Amino acid sequence: MAKTPTPVESLSYEQALGELEIILNSLENETHDLQRTMELFERSRALISRCQELLDSAELRVSQLSANGEMTDLEGAD
Amino acid sequence: MFASSAAPGQVYSVSDLNAYIRALLEGNENLMSIWVAGEVSNLARPVSGHIYFTLKDSAASLRCVIWRDQARRLSALLRDGMAVEAHGAVSVYEQGGQYQLYVDGVRVAGEGLLYQEFLRLKAALEEEGLFDEARKRPLPELPRTIGLVTSSTGAALQDMLNTLRARYPLARVVLSPAAVQGEAAPAQLVAALEALNRFVRPDVIIIGRGGGSLEDLWPFNDERVVRAVSASRAPVISGVGHETDFTLVDFAADVRAPTPTGAAVLAVPDRADLYELLGFRRLRLEQAISDLLADRRARLREFSHRLGAVSPAWQVRQGMQRLDDLSLRLYAGVRAFLRAEKARLASYTGRLASLDPGQVLRRGYALVQDQQGRQVGSLGQVKLGQHVRVSLKDGAFGADVTEIE
Repeated sequence: MAKTPTPVESLSYEQALGELEIILNSLENETHDLQRTMELFERSRALISRCQELLDSAELRVSQLSANGEMTDLEGAD
Repeated sequence: MFASSAAPGQVYSVSDLNAYIRALLEGNENLMSIWVAGEVSNLARPVSGHIYFTLKDSAASLRCVIWRDQARRLSALLRDGMAVEAHGAVSVYEQGGQYQLYVDGVRVAGEGLLYQEFLRLKAALEEEGLFDEARKRPLPELPRTIGLVTSSTGAALQDMLNTLRARYPLARVVLSPAAVQGEAAPAQLVAALEALNRFVRPDVIIIGRGGGSLEDLWPFNDERVVRAVSASRAPVISGVGHETDFTLVDFAADVRAPTPTGAAVLAVPDRADLYELLGFRRLRLEQAISDLLADRRARLREFSHRLGAVSPAWQVRQGMQRLDDLSLRLYAGVRAFLRAEKARLASYTGRLASLDPGQVLRRGYALVQDQQGRQVGSLGQVKLGQHVRVSLKDGAFGADVTEIE
């Protein structure tokens, strides 16, 4: 955990879930002062909300790779 | 009834005729065990488990049946349009009045050579260790980028995209298109794999195509493709053809899926499971916090108890109690002292009483004192003519010393 945590809005699902796991383990196995505990609690809630929101709103992004490494968006290619 | 000299004009039932023809065909040694070459068409697999199809060539067709017991074994080899050689016996389906080939064996026409080549290459690559279990890498749990190597026009691509979209739309998918059948396919498959690994570095790659004939799937047995799969930086899931199709790419892949859709399923978690996982995390968080707060409350209670023990009010109470204790002991001490003094006083009184001169006077003695009040106890203290005072029990009188003896 960084001293100044990244805003949850800029975390990917895996990052948010990974950080959540670390905080949960820390809350369960380490001791923190009360203020820190409440900070971690609030952070965890924000991380869970972030994951939820990403799952709710995600849309598959599809692109096509050319032989020379160029990428073309194939959004709405279904 | 079918005597050689059947009477002209004799009429037979259809059943009789069909039974007769059936007996004829089943009795013919040439038809008991025969190989027939042709192209499969009208392939039908009803739920009964039997397989029905027609073998045809440019000029003729033959109805064929595979009974369920054999069908399970031979089903994979059969596709409409496939050139095969079927083995079996000829007989009659009496209800339909049709003779048919009752198939008990099928081989792909020309399969012999292809299959030999397949086995040779498989053995060689196996020997080289390309298919070793130890080489298999685990798939990422939450792949961010998924590479697809397949035809950009095939149904397999849409199947995979639909599956990925439904299960895990958080992923980014990069299609690296390649022909999946024909002469050009192996080189394109290899190039598509290499491009993904070089430019995109996906977390996992799916290589696949839909079902087809053995020839259609053949590029997935090409040594170049197999080597490219095993050399891929990203782990590879293969999903080639149908469940019963096995290609060398399947052996080289880190994970083999039965179909392209199956490969997409293996590549990503299901959103529903992720929602559930989040729910569990939320519960864990609430549990952890409520445990922590309960713990803190308990410690707070303990501290407040210990704090009370050192508070001024408590100390005052302690001091007062000690004071009470001391004063009680003091009073008890004083009382004991006074008791002892009183007893001693009483004993003095007794002893004093025994010394009181009054007592002696009361017994009839007299007390003689000089003019200064000193007791006269011996002759040396008096002279003739001296005035003395004599005390008796009931009073005193003065006297002069008139003689000394």
